[in-house]
Amino acid sequence: MASKQETLTSERRHKTIASVVLSIICIIYVMPIVTVVINSFKKNTFVKTDTFALPNAETAAGWANFIKGMTFGNYPFMASVANSVIITVISTFLILFFCSMAAWYIARVNSKFCKVIYYLCIFSMVVPFQMVMFTLSKTADVLKLNTPFTIPIVYLGFGAGLAIFMFVGFVKSIPIEIEEAASIDGCGPVRTFFRVVLPMLKPTLISVGILEVMWVWNDYLLPYLVLDINKYRTIPIHIQYLKGSYGTVDLGATMALILLSIIPVIVFYLALQKYIIKGVAAGAVKG
Amino acid sequence: MSSAKAKKITATSSRVRSIRRWGLLFLGPVTAAFTIGFIWPFIQGIYLSFCQFRLTSDAKFIGLGNYAAAFADESFRYSFWYTAAFAVVSLVLINVLAFAVAYALTQNLKGSNIFRTVFFAPNLIGGIVLGYIWSMIFDGILSRYGTSVILETKYGFWGLVILMCWQQVGYMMIIYIAGLQAVPEDMLEAAKIDGASKSQTLFKVTIPNVMPSITICMFLTLTNSFKLFDQNLALTGGLPFKQLANGETVHTTEMLALNIYNTFYGTASVARGTAQAKAVIFFVLVAIMGLAQLAYTRKREVQQ
Repeated sequence: MASKQETLTSERRHKTIASVVLSIICIIYVMPIVTVVINSFKKNTFVKTDTFALPNAETAAGWANFIKGMTFGNYPFMASVANSVIITVISTFLILFFCSMAAWYIARVNSKFCKVIYYLCIFSMVVPFQMVMFTLSKTADVLKLNTPFTIPIVYLGFGAGLAIFMFVGFVKSIPIEIEEAASIDGCGPVRTFFRVVLPMLKPTLISVGILEVMWVWNDYLLPYLVLDINKYRTIPIHIQYLKGSYGTVDLGATMALILLSIIPVIVFYLALQKYIIKGVAAGAVKG
Repeated sequence: MSSAKAKKITATSSRVRSIRRWGLLFLGPVTAAFTIGFIWPFIQGIYLSFCQFRLTSDAKFIGLGNYAAAFADESFRYSFWYTAAFAVVSLVLINVLAFAVAYALTQNLKGSNIFRTVFFAPNLIGGIVLGYIWSMIFDGILSRYGTSVILETKYGFWGLVILMCWQQVGYMMIIYIAGLQAVPEDMLEAAKIDGASKSQTLFKVTIPNVMPSITICMFLTLTNSFKLFDQNLALTGGLPFKQLANGETVHTTEMLALNIYNTFYGTASVARGTAQAKAVIFFVLVAIMGLAQLAYTRKREVQQ
């Protein structure tokens, strides 16, 4: 820093300008969320006319939007939240558990069948969902995979590609000598995997886990087509149905529900920010 | 030496053999789910694109008729060009903005972490929710002028561009920051000593060094735009529509994925075969982009 002293003042000025510009962009960036918060406390008719004004005596709705939102759309909102949690937790667990096992087997055995599965997995990452949506939803119907407790099997199948791709990449970087030492000490393959390999996979487990949570939690089309929609909805489906089931939407209640649905996401993000950013960057290969 | 090596190989292969005995446990569940969730629907999807059907059970083989119908469909062709235009515009805007922000954030500014946190945040919000947030905002502005985001094509187009910038700039920014931090410090130092100006350093040293990140981000924004569905559905749902001279209806903000969806499940969903053929065409298009990206990433890994 000392050698740059002569340019310091101009550089400091540049930095100040950059900081100011970034701060302004930052404020613009949070405005949409602030607008949601403001409007979730506003009476429906004023959301469209006074979108960017704070609620006042005339326009404020208090907690009415939130109370109405709970049963709005002919389906209890908390049931949608519960379904989203169940589906996300089970799917992520299944994907992490079975895909890490499969990836280790693929990387270590490397037989013809393993190679076929591995390249099919890579291939599945570039297939858009629309290609399989109709046939997949029919298959899932036949196999009764249309409930929150069984749809995770569909997620395991459709999400295996990215998970296996990332796990295989990591397993290949683990020196095989560690596992050989374990097997000389009398560990069988199952024990070797769970006691030796799995603990070393932890950083990748976190990265893949975060990617899967973000995908499953926000996914709309797959659960919409696969689930028995009259009985089970997830949060994105619930939000979409607020528009679908009514001629005129109650915008106030919709904003209240949107706010409720993004609060857990923001908490999740602030708590695990470091891992989330790293995980997302690691998954950038998916495209 | 050679006997020791041979011993090691037999030890390794006996280990592999002992792992193999557990193949059903390790590979079975994923293979089964992968078959149900991907392989079988994919094969069936290819087959059905050559059939006339309403359900998977009443399929009748008709050859290439669905593909002819798909290519002749005015709304499909329109949605392709609409998607392509959207992809180009958002590719340029998102990458320029993301690079600029990443460049600023790697200059040791105060509060860089806060900026990074804020810019990345919209990525965590799902497409449907994003669509409704922004439709409220756009309608809040446009209703003053007696119009709406679903009433005019240009508002729907630019609205979606703004939405996607808001969501994706932060994501691409993360990739660019990683690239910028990997630019060798001594190269920047050398440029400075040689008397290069800031912009010369940027264009002659920094940008050539982050070319791999730029390529990856361009691929990502391109495929993201082509596959876009949730945001499109929630923001405009394809509206408004116009009637063509030949009686066909075209939704003027409908992108490819939504067009395929509407052909499958829309009110006039008699043409499921056509929809499946469209899906196959769509798949080929997206797969080419995706495989090109994978090939590029791999080539780079080999070089490193």
